[in-house]
Amino acid sequence: MGEARGQGPELLDLTAQEIASRVRTGEVTAAETVDLALARIAELEPRVGALLRPGQLDDAARRSAEAIDARRERGESLGPLAGVPVVVKDNLSIEGQPLTCASRILDGYVAPYDATAIARLRAADAVIVGQSNMDEFAMGSSCENSAVQQTRNPWDPERVAGGSSGGSAAAVAAGEVPLALGSDTGGSVRQPAALCGVVGFKPSYGRISRYGLVAFASSLDQIGPIARSVPEAALLYESLAGSDPRDATCSERPVEGLGESAADDGGRAAPPTLEGLRIGRLREIDSSGLEDEVAAQWQSTLRQLSACGAELVDVSVPSLPAAVAVYYVIANSEASANLARYDGVRYGRRVAGGGSLRELNRRSRSEGFGPEVKRRIMLGTFALSSGYYDAYYGRAVGVARAMSEQFESAFSQVDLVVTPTSPSVAFRLGERVEDPLAMYLSDVFTTPANLCGLPALSVPCGLGGSSGLPLALQLLGPRWADREVLRAGAAFESASGWNRRVAPGAAAREESSSAS
Amino acid sequence: MEYEVVIGLEVHVQLRTASKIFCRCANRFGAEPNALVCAVCLGYPGTLPTLNREAVDQALRLAVALGCEIPSRSVFARKNYFYADLPKGYQISQFDQPLALRGRLALHDAGVEVPIARMHLEEDAGKLLHEAPGGGVLRGSSLVDHNRCGVPLVEIVTDPALRSAAQAQEYLQVLHQVLRYTDTSDANMEEGSLRCDANVSLRRPGAARLGTKVEVKNLNSFRNVARAIEHETHRQALVLDSGAEVQQETRSFDAASGTTRTLRGKEEAHDYRYFPEPDLPPLLVDEDRVRRLRGELPELPWTRWTRFAEQYGLREDLARQLCAQREVADYFEAVVAEGAATGAAGGAWAQNAANWTMTEVLKELNARGEGIESAVEPTRLAALLGMVARAELSQAAAKEVLAAIWGSEEEPSAATRRLGLGQVQDADRLEEWIAEVLAANPGPVEQLAAGEQKVAGFLVGQVMKLSQGRADPKLTRERLLSSVART
Ligand SMILES: [Zn+2]
Repeated sequence: MGEARGQGPELLDLTAQEIASRVRTGEVTAAETVDLALARIAELEPRVGALLRPGQLDDAARRSAEAIDARRERGESLGPLAGVPVVVKDNLSIEGQPLTCASRILDGYVAPYDATAIARLRAADAVIVGQSNMDEFAMGSSCENSAVQQTRNPWDPERVAGGSSGGSAAAVAAGEVPLALGSDTGGSVRQPAALCGVVGFKPSYGRISRYGLVAFASSLDQIGPIARSVPEAALLYESLAGSDPRDATCSERPVEGLGESAADDGGRAAPPTLEGLRIGRLREIDSSGLEDEVAAQWQSTLRQLSACGAELVDVSVPSLPAAVAVYYVIANSEASANLARYDGVRYGRRVAGGGSLRELNRRSRSEGFGPEVKRRIMLGTFALSSGYYDAYYGRAVGVARAMSEQFESAFSQVDLVVTPTSPSVAFRLGERVEDPLAMYLSDVFTTPANLCGLPALSVPCGLGGSSGLPLALQLLGPRWADREVLRAGAAFESASGWNRRVAPGAAAREESSSAS
Repeated sequence: MEYEVVIGLEVHVQLRTASKIFCRCANRFGAEPNALVCAVCLGYPGTLPTLNREAVDQALRLAVALGCEIPSRSVFARKNYFYADLPKGYQISQFDQPLALRGRLALHDAGVEVPIARMHLEEDAGKLLHEAPGGGVLRGSSLVDHNRCGVPLVEIVTDPALRSAAQAQEYLQVLHQVLRYTDTSDANMEEGSLRCDANVSLRRPGAARLGTKVEVKNLNSFRNVARAIEHETHRQALVLDSGAEVQQETRSFDAASGTTRTLRGKEEAHDYRYFPEPDLPPLLVDEDRVRRLRGELPELPWTRWTRFAEQYGLREDLARQLCAQREVADYFEAVVAEGAATGAAGGAWAQNAANWTMTEVLKELNARGEGIESAVEPTRLAALLGMVARAELSQAAAKEVLAAIWGSEEEPSAATRRLGLGQVQDADRLEEWIAEVLAANPGPVEQLAAGEQKVAGFLVGQVMKLSQGRADPKLTRERLLSSVART
């Protein structure tokens, strides 16, 4: 570290903007920052389990950090994420590193190329320090479908961190890193962010290139940032978004995030406001089975939005109750095709099949995939089968289209729509493992944004009255209104007084590190 | 019993492009196995397809040449099945919204126009190798060569409108010409850049409904397509005659025995579970693009041979033969143009150029196993034909000269001198030959002397033979007649 300036671990508790700013000015080095993050990861991981293969990227991360410092010393200007340690979900391809999607079927696979999102992280001078745990192939809401390990919620180690990007959300919530990347197919960024008390953003479909993101449901998948505040999430989003010749579904529209307000000063320059915003309250929420403490907090959140100057308007998306069913038909159908490539022939796990290709495929897949993945492949295969296509896939696509129109009509009356992110707080480990349907139903508020391609942001809004666990609201905007959603989220966040609250797990860490 | 055979053809054509359809790998035949691959065409996790515009343009060119309608919007779809040569476990193809619809192809010999139902774009799969590269048996395993993965393909599907093996063969021949004329494909069946499956069914003449169809695969030459259809027609007729029903199935043609055998039955037919490809937006083709490509289209074979017949006064069959290969027709026209440049225009010149192109030039090329690009340049052939036209060289001598200058840069005039093949006009020399012929043929000489003029031709021919074609026929005739008159 050369001329270490005696940076304490509290450096990591600064915002990503503040860290990058200090690295750019040379007040701290990227190497110091990364070392602090690696040390904190090593200390916390045994309790949190957010990262797969912790330590694996340490050398590469230190080398990247040193290269960044060297460039600064040569007088080069550094990127917006200079020296900021970042964790990425293990379904993003990093050249030369394993890529497992928390599945056994990718055993031994080493990715030969960088995902576009990874390349852009590097271009912004971020340093990747870990690959995070997830539900296998992003299929799940609790990380309990990981074939590797269980991630624990930093707020309560007996509870799930959510999923499927649970590892990324837990790493941020525990304070291991300021920023993380997840992917969101039906809520997989927003729901774990909500359950871990951090911010999660799913941009409009087509904002961030999917090249290098292992596909689950291609028409729904979108990479999204996880952070401890909206401006930090926005900064990461802005560093990644924008057209990519390698992804034909990625839009060429210019990227708008928080812009100046997300700059070095951490959002102090032009404080966004809720004043005068028309925010839609979905009528369908009342009958959607919120847990009691969620329902109570929901009412107080609505009052808070009003108090901040937003005008609440009742709007309706009548198809909302069908969202989960429609989502599981479309997502599983696409997944059944997307996961066909894991056949034991070219890479990953191969179980020899006694000379027959069919047996090799069958055994490799039977042993390589976990039960939830198999369930979804079978459901998706069925939904696309001759004679059933119209009744399932065809119909689901029709309902999704109708839902898009209903949202469009709602957005002709309001600027944004607000919902709770999750109908419940983080549930106990094992509680829903035997009941996949209950698990699926918790996606009721998050899946519509994927089905309709809308930007959606989950922002912490308080702690449950009885559980003391984080709760979150979700802001949805019209397609491409990513900036408006982020601005409203930032305004709510400053008004809510949540203020980058850290999980008790992280507090325990601070005690232990000051004791040592 | 009498049956009518009903045939529909599904032809897969690899398009000629610099790169593959969904990645930047080169599209080229004959490279080392797995030399032309990348993460995208290997279907590695996280990769996405991006559409190659050139492949779309090539497909559109072909569609326009086949008179297809081009919808403004077509949709890619995933065709799902497992096979070791299919890296993603699905093929990106098109299904219910193809690139082109309702084309047609006229068959001159058969006198019918074949309706084309549709043409769609898709990616090729890889190739399984059951032998080690360079030979050698693989025990209990196969190898996969992914070079072909992602090579752009179009599938051209006819209506069930063909009525004989001969029609099917002619359809393929004409389609092959269109592919070569438009330069959209190498269209080489041996290399697999043109592949054909045939759907064959029989019905009683006049019956409205189609019979049960059998799909025949593994047809690796135009001739084998015809053989397979002939065999299948015969086989199905026997089945029907016996009172049984034809089974709907897929059969494979065995070229060695000339027969077909079951590959898979109806029950084993794949359910491909097509659905729209979410990684690719719908393909939009505007009218301007179609108009531009139509404007750039070269003259197509049927237009060209019609023009040859009219413009050069060639017999239709000769014109069609010349136009069977675009390069041969180009060669012929270049020879004609060279002649025109030296003032040797006219029907006789074009006829001569056509004859020489179709016989001497192609014969030489066939003997050498070479293509038209290795032939003597049109300039030199035109010079040679000019010498013949000016009676400086006999036809027979010209053939010798052609053989002599093939593969060298020698001018025909120089070769003629070098070989001593120029026409002999020297009076003493001619008189010697004439005297010898007259002495050897007293009978005909007597007839000629008696006024039987037609015998003159025979005697001149004898002189030509004696002189090995070098005697100037015109002078020979004059001198021969006056010699006989003197006797
Ligand atoms: Zn490639």
